[in-house]
Amino acid sequence: MKLKGADIVIESLKFHGVDLVFGYPGGTIMPVYDALYRAGFKHILARHEQGAAHAADGYARATGKTGVVLATSGPGATNLVTGLATAYMDSVPLIAITGQVSTSSIGTDAFQEADIYGITIPITKYNYLVKDVSKLAETFAEAFYIARSGRPGPVLIDIPKDVQLAVAEYAPVLEADIPLLRYSPRPVYEYEAELDQLAAMIGEAERPVLYVGGGAIISEASEIIGSLARMASIPVVHTLTGVGAFPDHDPLSLGMVGMHGGRYANEAIAGADLLIAAGARFDDRVTGKISEFAKRARIVHIDIDPAEVGKVMPTDLAILGNLREVLERLVAKLAPGNPHTGWLDQIQAWKDQYPLVHELSETTLKPQQVVQTISELTRGEAIITTGVGQHQMWAAVFSEHRHPRHFISSGGLGTMGFCIPSGIGAQLGRPDKLVVTITGDGSFQMNIQELATAAYYNVPVKIVILNNGYLGMVRQWQELFFEHRYSHTLLEGGNPDFVMVAKGFGVEAFRVTRPSELRATLEKAFALPGPVVIDCMVEKEENVFPMIPSGGTVNDTIGY
Amino acid sequence: MISQEPEIKQYTLSVLVRNHAGVLSHVAGLFARRGYNIESITAGVTERPDITRITIVVTGDHKIMEQVLKQCQKLVDVINVSSLKYNESVTRELAIIAVTARPESRSSIIEIAGVFAAKVVDMAEDAMILEVVGNARHIDSIIQLLSPFGIENIARTGVVALAYRSRIAPIN
Repeated sequence: MKLKGADIVIESLKFHGVDLVFGYPGGTIMPVYDALYRAGFKHILARHEQGAAHAADGYARATGKTGVVLATSGPGATNLVTGLATAYMDSVPLIAITGQVSTSSIGTDAFQEADIYGITIPITKYNYLVKDVSKLAETFAEAFYIARSGRPGPVLIDIPKDVQLAVAEYAPVLEADIPLLRYSPRPVYEYEAELDQLAAMIGEAERPVLYVGGGAIISEASEIIGSLARMASIPVVHTLTGVGAFPDHDPLSLGMVGMHGGRYANEAIAGADLLIAAGARFDDRVTGKISEFAKRARIVHIDIDPAEVGKVMPTDLAILGNLREVLERLVAKLAPGNPHTGWLDQIQAWKDQYPLVHELSETTLKPQQVVQTISELTRGEAIITTGVGQHQMWAAVFSEHRHPRHFISSGGLGTMGFCIPSGIGAQLGRPDKLVVTITGDGSFQMNIQELATAAYYNVPVKIVILNNGYLGMVRQWQELFFEHRYSHTLLEGGNPDFVMVAKGFGVEAFRVTRPSELRATLEKAFALPGPVVIDCMVEKEENVFPMIPSGGTVNDTIGY
Repeated sequence: MISQEPEIKQYTLSVLVRNHAGVLSHVAGLFARRGYNIESITAGVTERPDITRITIVVTGDHKIMEQVLKQCQKLVDVINVSSLKYNESVTRELAIIAVTARPESRSSIIEIAGVFAAKVVDMAEDAMILEVVGNARHIDSIIQLLSPFGIENIARTGVVALAYRSRIAPIN
């Protein structure tokens, strides 16, 4: 079958199971948009390429499928950069397809030319500039294979306009046909001996802790993590990207660990004699001072990426493989063992001593209270997406998480403005679910244009703004570490009326100023069939506590 | 407690990659963004036209090298990475050296060239150009000996290397 390059793009997307793409058209991607139109392919028009990229990311994180985003060359492509970097840091499978100026114009500083191939090398798992139409089908096969396999990540395919218009024989290409690709998604590491060693270490441990990261969500290891924890009586902490891998209501759960984790979680790490890192990468926001982190513990690191082992933390035992498979084989070797009663009692004592609390007020709305009320109303069944900052930490810590893929947040890159578009993407991926985007007044304004996307496609995402009139997290650091010099963190004076703005976009909106109005307003909003913005005027200078200052230890904890 | 400084050494990496236009930026970019210092990098096609060999000399301690190897191996284009031990591989570099050579110093320079098996590839009234092949130490030595005469320009290719095939590694 002879096809134009642009049609090969669409056929390849279909062949690799894509049924929805996000994007924004422009000059050099027009042939692909024409093919999309003729094929009747489902496409969501964002209002900014960054929004399209985050939406594809949110879609991928909510569904486990590969997100796809389209953009034109030059500014269209450079607008994807933050979205790609966000997906790269959190290992999200994403395919970005960009138009490029025609091959004859490449390198001439042509209109809307940017070297997006060069620009995105450090922030993609892999990328391509396809100069030969006959290579398109195999490029897509390779790209999907790379994006989805092993440690997933974003892949960019840059296609010059003349290549989109050129004609080639098309036959679907499976991954098996890729020449010379030695990249292996499932490293054939043998780890039987290491599993025996780990089983023995678990048997010997008096104070074990399981430290669960985003790899647990990606490899869908939640169930087996539960079996392991309960069978071997191991308490579980999770990272920001590991939220939902182990249910919060389980007595063995210690919630989030690290800078803003519960003090009891950090005390448990500090006191542990065995730390099993499962799909986690010892990020500095988790470890604080690395030489003091889990100092008394033997460290076991289970990861699919060999380069993570020993990158930050010296390990006593490394197991390389798919987390779910590793744990399944491990659990098969374990016999119900030491109930660790003394250790669990100690942890309970820390929980009693350092509870996660916040003050309530009759008159002022507390941000934690908003998060908790959302959590109560949705019984932990909603998908929560966030921006970045204080609200993100409150959303992670003060809502109850019961399921994987129900908390979608930019962890590694910490991308403000991830909130609205990721909510739209998650909602489109999971139309059966209530999706609540929790954001701050700073993050909300960073991709506010995507309200138009939500309104136009009637995506029923519920957007809750914890509006404190500040770039709250930066202000908090200024208060604590810069002697209250609030340099350029006050947003209040410049903030528009978010209710009016939302209504201008065609999105229903409410404002909550008093604690007494909160529950009823949220209930009313969640019951509406379309998108809603709920602007919650919260306590202005509330801090996220507890907090371990950057590079500190549990002993440096501020506020519990 | 005595803190032990990790030992800084030079390592030669031999990296086989898929041969295409962007592959060198992928490999070199990795070193730059992870903060590894490249002493030299060379690339050339192998016996198979679709495979390129990149030889990279890096300086660092053992821990950095382990990361370099793992990060390199992770690159999609990389077919194989090996770290070549100094005494188990043939390592060669070519240098072209322009040295000030007045008539009275010519014979001394030619004598030095003879010792290092360097070829005189150009000669003018006041200068000559030598071509020398060897390992880095060999080239550093001739440069040191030529310096008193006045070195005008140097161009070095960077190291290429292959592991020895013979069982007993000869002294290089």
